[in-house]
Parts: sequence; C-alpha cells; structure tokens
Amino acid sequence: MNADKNLEVNVHHVTRVEGHGNIYVNVKNGIIEKCEWAIPEAPRFFEAMVVGRDWTELQHITSRICGICSIGHTLASLKATEAAMGIAISNQDLKLRKLALHAENLQSHILHVGFLILPDLMGVGSVIPLASSNPAEVKTVLGLHRMANEMSNLICGRTTHPQRLIPGGFSKIPSIKDLLSLRDKLQSSIPALEVVANLVKSLAPNIPNFVRETEFIALSNPDEYALYDGKIASTDTDSAPASEYLSYTNEYIVPQSTAKWAKHVRESYMVGALARLNINYDKLSPLAKKISEMFDLKPICYNPFMNSIAQLVEIVDSVADSIKLINELETTGLESQSEYNLPKVAIKAGQGVGAVEVPRGILFHDYTYNEKGVCTKANCIIPTNQNHGNIELDMKALLPQILDKTEKEIELNLEMLVRAYDPCISCSTHAVKVHFV
Amino acid sequence: MKPKVAFFDFAGCEGDQLQIANLEEEILDLLGQVEVVSFREVMKEHSDDYDIAFIEGSCTRLQDEERLKEIRKNASLVVAIGSCATIGGINSLKNYQNMDDVKKTVYGEKASLFDTYPARPIDAVIPVDAYVHGCPMTKDEFLHVVKSLLLGKKPEIPNYPVCVECKKNENVCAFERGEFCVGPITRAGCNSCCVNEGTKCWGCRGMVDNPNENSQKEVLVKYGLSVDDAIGKFKLYFGWQGKKK
Repeated sequence: MNADKNLEVNVHHVTRVEGHGNIYVNVKNGIIEKCEWAIPEAPRFFEAMVVGRDWTELQHITSRICGICSIGHTLASLKATEAAMGIAISNQDLKLRKLALHAENLQSHILHVGFLILPDLMGVGSVIPLASSNPAEVKTVLGLHRMANEMSNLICGRTTHPQRLIPGGFSKIPSIKDLLSLRDKLQSSIPALEVVANLVKSLAPNIPNFVRETEFIALSNPDEYALYDGKIASTDTDSAPASEYLSYTNEYIVPQSTAKWAKHVRESYMVGALARLNINYDKLSPLAKKISEMFDLKPICYNPFMNSIAQLVEIVDSVADSIKLINELETTGLESQSEYNLPKVAIKAGQGVGAVEVPRGILFHDYTYNEKGVCTKANCIIPTNQNHGNIELDMKALLPQILDKTEKEIELNLEMLVRAYDPCISCSTHAVKVHFV
Repeated sequence: MKPKVAFFDFAGCEGDQLQIANLEEEILDLLGQVEVVSFREVMKEHSDDYDIAFIEGSCTRLQDEERLKEIRKNASLVVAIGSCATIGGINSLKNYQNMDDVKKTVYGEKASLFDTYPARPIDAVIPVDAYVHGCPMTKDEFLHVVKSLLLGKKPEIPNYPVCVECKKNENVCAFERGEFCVGPITRAGCNSCCVNEGTKCWGCRGMVDNPNENSQKEVLVKYGLSVDDAIGKFKLYFGWQGKKK
C-alpha cells in the first residue's frame, strides 16, 4: 500500500531536546533511500581545552560540557583525577556525593518527563499551553523540579556547575539539620510523584509500541542500584572494570555528525535509564518497583520509548535511596570539617578513569597528568554519543512500520523516538531536526 | 500586546537556558508578561517574528555568523546570556592553541571534516544590547534585565569587582587561604557565590570595565605570587579580548 509513497522529511534541529540534531528521510516509490540521524552541533573541543590545565581546575572546566548534567560531569572528572593520583575520599563524602548525583538525576528526569515528554503524550507542542489547560499538574511538576534543585543547592552549593565538589571531598558540607529538613521534603514528595505517575499512566496508550533488540550497557554494583560506582555491565557480555571502557565504547567518526558514535558487540548499543533498569532491576527500591509494575516495565525491555518510563521509575528510586542515605548519615552523625576545606593531596603523575551513571547514561572521563599535576591528555565519552548509533538504527527499523501514516505523523513519531533518548547533544555537542528530503 | 521573545543557542552547555526552567513557579509570572515564540529546548513551534532575542553560547565557526546576523536583523533587542555569549567563556580556552592542533587532538585523522575558529562572544559578531553574565547566568540578574527591557530602561549591571560583595559576605579572602582568586578584577553581581561555597572566584562574569591592574599586582606581590601564575588563571575565562561590534 506504500508502493507509490514519496516522502521527504527534513527536521532541522529537533525540538525539546538539549542540543541540535537533524533527521533526514527520503522515500521514493515506497522505498526508503535515506534515513539518517545527523549532529550539526558546533563542537567545543574540551579534550583539547583541558590540556595544559592544573588538576584543581579540571572538574570546573569539564562541568561546562553540560549544563543539565554538570554534577555528573564534575563527579566523573573528580573520580578520574582521584584515580590518577590515588586520592581517597571518606565514607561521609561518598554518601554526600551519591546525594548530589540523586539530586541531578531528579532534576534532569523531572524536566524531561514533565516538560519535554508530557507534551507529546498530551498532543501539544510544549508545556506552555499545559500551564493554562492543566495548571494543577504543571504546578506539581514545577514543585518537584524545585525540590530537586533545592537539593542540588544544599549539597553542591549551586544547581548548575557545582562548587563544593572538589578533589578529595567537599569545600563545604550541609548541616545535619538541613539534611533532615531535606529528608522531610523528599518524604512528602512521594504523593506528588504518585500523581505524576498516574497522569503518565493514563496517557501510556500514546507511547508507541515499538521494539528492536539491541545491547544495553550500564554500571552495575552488587550492593546497590549503580549510579556513582560499579563495573561496566552489558546485556550481551561479561562485565569489566571502568578502566577497560575503551573496549566497550569503540568510538568512530561519521561524516554527518560532529559527535563521535560508539559500538560494542553489535552495530550499536543503548545507555541511559532503560539500560540501567534492564541491567539492575532487582536493585530497585520496593517503591520504584511498584511504579515499574504499573507500566508493566520489566527487564529486558527493548522498546526505546519506555526510556521515559524508566526515568519515572528512577525518580522514585532516587527519592527512596536519598532518604536511606540521609537516615544513614543521621545514625553515624555528620563529622564537621574546616571552613573552606581543601583536602591535602600528594600531586603525582598518572592516568585515571572515572565512570559515573548520569541521567542520560554511562559517562567516562579519562585523564593523564604529569608530575606537576598538569593535564597532558584527556578523553571524555558522553552518554548521548554512545546512543547516536542506536537512535539511527531505531529510526531505520521504525520508519517502515509507520510509512502508511501522514508526513506529519511520521515526523512526530521520529522526533518522539529521538526525544525518548533524552539526548543531550551540547554534551556530545548538539542534535535534532527532521529533514524529509 | 505582549512582546515576543525567542531563545537561541550556539556553542555552549545550555546551562543558561536551564536557569530559566530553574525559575520554577516564577516562569508562570514571566509567561504572563511575554509571548515565547521560539525556544527549541522546550517547544516545537518556531517563528521568526520576535522583538527580543536571547542568545546563549559562543560563536565558534564562520558558518554560524550568518545565523547570528539573521537574528540581529529580526530582533529589536539582542541579549547575550551566560559567559560563553557575553565574554567567550570557557570555550575560549582553546584560543591559546593552534586550531589545527585542537581539531587533531579531538578528531585525529578526520580533523579536516570539522570547522572551528577561535571562540568569541556574540558581540564580536553582532551588536548586543544587554548582557546577563555568569556561568551559568544569575537567575535574579536575568529577571532584572528582562524587567528593565520591558520597561524600556537600561539594566543596572555592577561595574565593581567581586571583592566588594565577598567582603560584605564576610568571607575569608582566598589569597589569605593560599589560593589564587580572580575576584579583584572580575565583575560583581553573583554575590560572590563561589567563595561563599568555600572555593574562589574563577572569573566567569568577565572583567570590570576598567580593571585596576595595579591593585591586582599589589595583591600578587603581597602574597608572593608571580605574574605568570596570574596569567595562567586569567586564561580560564578571559581567552577572548577582541573588539566589540
């Protein structure tokens, strides 16, 4: 029925994603001649920018790779520097860093599910008209987003481009009183989260039912739902320590993209909330599992559109785990530290890798320092770049299934697919626009 | 009729546009005053009919200059938001290196596929009417600038160094703690937020209009630091010192 279908789609700069990406589709007489995902974002060359800079500045500079996941970049950066110089951090600082990561995961996932995905499910172009049509829901989402930002502020000193996170620990830490008041807010956010989950559930029939088998990669840790630390795990192969990341990422350059792409044992792989859930489902808190069950989401789920639902599950898990971490800090008590704390570090030459799960997936920073602590080489592998290959293969698999739809519907479906990945292209550099050629 | 506003981004981390989302409930008040006609990060719709253009990010490629000129033509007011747009920012760290080497470091043999030139602020390419400084931009200052422009007033942006705010906040001076700080020549307006959080000023808001070089030199001498130390630290955000359009 599509034998005489001619179609040209050119989405220049896909909207409601972070960064610039384009979709090019060309169909002649029902045959797909072109289906391409391109990244035209202006590259920024961070790996060159940090060369020659002092070890105390690296987390400050690489935080700027991404405004939305600046805490994650800071933590991956600190872990790389600490691995290179053999710097240890205290158990208390480890717990505070985990709270920092949860704060960012909450902020980013709430923004994505609440402001960027809900409009698709409700058939509007942005969250702006929802402010008048569904004011109660929008206010609930805004309230949750504010709570996540207050949490970042409390732990990191700022919401974007954190200040307190430094090599060896923290320049300043919150008081136990502030942490306990944060715990109250987290506790009372649970009913609001249930409202959001029920709203998304009522719209779930609008989530495309599309599956394509692929490989998933995420950190995994026997003790917890891995975000801050773990081994690199895959749904296809054995796991390995973070230092062996290059054998997983295998980056390559494609002409249509300023961002590098990656592949492991298949043509592409996927990272992010869905990958984490597929690999670490049994480590989720009971509350998070309940949300997952509401959507019948269990491993291994091969529908990339369900990534947004996996984010919703992770929002609840981050709230539950944050409460647990604060309980632990309450039990042990918070050890005070000096004002303007600057951990003592023995500077030495070396190379180190930091791997962290950030909202969009597994992130690697790899630095080499000389004996003065000056960076001589850096490599940063960003989650969105690891997803580009998988996005394009999904587009190629999805397109034949939707060819009988109107051009507008096809365009929307392809854009929704891209948005489901929550791409952060300014990280990679930028993404999205469909060009029907 | 409400003024139409549009948001654009060039080379940057989109952390400044994120500060608008971070206004939380105040966004609703803002939406009561302006009509957003283009904001790729949050909406599908786009229009070239706008009064005020907010631009984030630096210009890092010749090909991006056309897009900037187009925005200038469409808008009656252009506002640069965040360090990358106002001063070149972190992106201009690469300006100290040879551009071919920069490309090779990142893309290896495929370096020739990618364009880049020294990173520069927006006002190196087109005239800019107002600035919201900072990395990321300060939310309160953004609201102040928007309100001023809507009232037809010139926004009041501090032209004194961060030290003024830092002293008021009773911080222990970073130099006293043995750290190097760019606060003495950096434009205030951030309420010395980084020093308040236990670190130091990195210079993200750019230099005050007439930095007191002698005073900075005195500080260096007092704490036994060399001009080379200073230049190294100044490079972080001050990598573009070209002329304004």
